Amino acid sequence: MSAINRPSAGTLDPPLSRDIVVVNPQGLHLRPATAFAKLARQFASSVAVCRDGQRANGKSQMELLMLAAESGARLTLEVEGPDAATALDPLADLLAAADASDD
Amino acid sequence: MRMSDFVVRDAIVPRLTATTKDGIVREIVNSLQAAGYFQASEAENIVRAILKREQLGSTGIGRGIAIPHTKHPGVDRLVGTVALAPAGVNFDSIDGEPVQVFVLLVSPQDRPGDHLRALENVVRSMREDSFVKSLREAQTTDEIWKLLDEPPGGWDR
Repeated sequence: MSAINRPSAGTLDPPLSRDIVVVNPQGLHLRPATAFAKLARQFASSVAVCRDGQRANGKSQMELLMLAAESGARLTLEVEGPDAATALDPLADLLAAADASDD
Repeated sequence: MRMSDFVVRDAIVPRLTATTKDGIVREIVNSLQAAGYFQASEAENIVRAILKREQLGSTGIGRGIAIPHTKHPGVDRLVGTVALAPAGVNFDSIDGEPVQVFVLLVSPQDRPGDHLRALENVVRSMREDSFVKSLREAQTTDEIWKLLDEPPGGWDR
């Protein structure tokens, strides 16, 4: 049996990130921003969405709207915390969703 | 960009008289119509479109603020207005609180970028507690206009 002490998992979870291009022709408007923030708040991890050096708290639809991310905008999703690995895919999918709905 | 770039001064409603969601939207749209931005015959369609959008999820974003909006081919640029209900009106906001400050936006069909920048501008302005407080306390169109004509605070790009 190994006597080596390994650092306990979970104390230093590395941040996970993914680059995303907004494909919704309407951009990241009120409804998708609200839906994204609502999903992000369900995770313990911190969630950030960055664009051109501007960083929005992904749990705040107000901050997401301040990115004014139109169709084609390049965003970076960053998730950091205990459930980051679980959170990354659904959040990335929602941010990239080809939701062509009007408002 | 400041809110005075798209808010129609003559359509500002310092004191809303309606007390229901439908009534509020109708009163604000009628005010925008009276200022000459679309035909009277189009007002009811715009009201219906805005209320239909509200059914998908309230535009009450919390902190006593709502941004009802729609697109309409009858406008040639994004226009909006500000209307106040100091006593607060139930608008099914995400935080469950009544709304005192309404910013209504009507944009052309093919200008999603303009809508996003207007939303950004409204949210950026409303992040300032002092701005929201001043707006809630404003009594007249002149007082409201002066606030909207000041550059927004917050982090600028």
